[in-house]
Amino acid sequence: MKRKPVLRVSTKLLTPFILLFALYVQFHGDYGPGGGFQAGVIFASAFILYSLVFGLETAQRVLPAAIRRILLGSGVLIYAGTGIASILMGGNFLNYSVLAHDPLSGQHLGIMLIEFGVGTTVFAAMVIIFFTFAGQYRRGGPDGN
Amino acid sequence: MEINFLGHYNYWVVIFLMMTGFYVVIARPNLVKKLIGLNIFQISVFLLYISMGKVDGGSAPILAEGIKIFSNPLPHVLILTAIVVGVATTALGLALVVRIKEAYGTIEDDEIQAMEEEMEP
Amino acid sequence: MNIIDVVLLAMMVITALAVVRMRNLFAAVMLLGIFSLLSASLYALLDAVDVAFTEAAVGAGISTVLMLGTLALTGEREKKPHRPAWLPLVVVVVTGAALLYGTFDMPLYGDPNDPIHKHVADRYIERSGQEVGTPNIVTSVLASYRGFDTLGEVTVIFTAGVGVLALLGRGALSRRRRLNKEDDR
Repeated sequence: MKRKPVLRVSTKLLTPFILLFALYVQFHGDYGPGGGFQAGVIFASAFILYSLVFGLETAQRVLPAAIRRILLGSGVLIYAGTGIASILMGGNFLNYSVLAHDPLSGQHLGIMLIEFGVGTTVFAAMVIIFFTFAGQYRRGGPDGN
Repeated sequence: MEINFLGHYNYWVVIFLMMTGFYVVIARPNLVKKLIGLNIFQISVFLLYISMGKVDGGSAPILAEGIKIFSNPLPHVLILTAIVVGVATTALGLALVVRIKEAYGTIEDDEIQAMEEEMEP
Repeated sequence: MNIIDVVLLAMMVITALAVVRMRNLFAAVMLLGIFSLLSASLYALLDAVDVAFTEAAVGAGISTVLMLGTLALTGEREKKPHRPAWLPLVVVVVTGAALLYGTFDMPLYGDPNDPIHKHVADRYIERSGQEVGTPNIVTSVLASYRGFDTLGEVTVIFTAGVGVLALLGRGALSRRRRLNKEDDR
């Protein structure tokens, strides 16, 4: 990919905007269409685009394997942890009303936390799946072991 | 039993698409093609659910001033998560296809079956 | 009956039939991406904006990339099937006819008095503004009323990621190489 200046430059220009748009979708999901599922996928697509143009190794240096795996698990843990927190504060599992001083802001906080958890896991899962498939090809495919 | 064409036409199209996907799954020996057929099937099921949630004259289920009629949000929630889960499980299926290619050297299910039968004494 | 609806549905039918006929898997995967994007436009017309958004990002984007990644490893030509084509056709026609018979009892499309709109949905629409407070009803149902469901879905995605790692990841690869060497000896 050394000789494709248009692709390289436009990828570099687009990547920050894709990431920003993903964050917008993540935190604006309460008001318009969007939420953790979409945001995670869009965030992952920025990394996928980056690795398609600049190579898998470069993208994996940005996001090492250990961090990818930690993110994969931590999203589910944030989600379940929000549920546990609402038990500890005297409500039922995943009843966010008790999380803050009044029910509405509790709901707001709870929804934001669990959407963040959803986004993290979806993002990590998509990136891991893509990197794993792409990594197979780099090793010369299934026949070249 | 009365047949109402206008009231059901998109359910019928959905069933046609569903059966197209089903045909690919059972008729084609190539495993990637089977997964493509499964995806078509999956999207038509999503379409069936979303069609059921539509209300005439309704709008997207986002609360705003002056809007009284909304389409049913429940199918939207179910299908939204199903889409993402669908791609995750498709990825798992594709990973299995890659491993099968590695182990057998082919992804045509009739050839795999022939090899299996050869291996058995 | 909306004319855009009909055109989009017709285009989806054409795309699906083209996928069936296509022997080149690369072309079939691209057509699947188009199929998915068409369905996303249809979801937007049917008021499911969140679903349309997800389908456009996931179905037309990520799953096409993953399928192409698989084709690079497995080859993009499909072989001609050796088995007779009529048997699957019969199965499909019979199943389709049964499903078609089922639709005659379904409530009419778009009717506000369908049973599906009368159970919990109107409670979500009427009360979610006061109970949860987020304008997007889909988000409040997804995250608050049906939080258990979503926790399960996220766990499924987590499991799928772990499954792909277990099948194709680095640890799995070195284990496989060791096994292959033992086989050679």
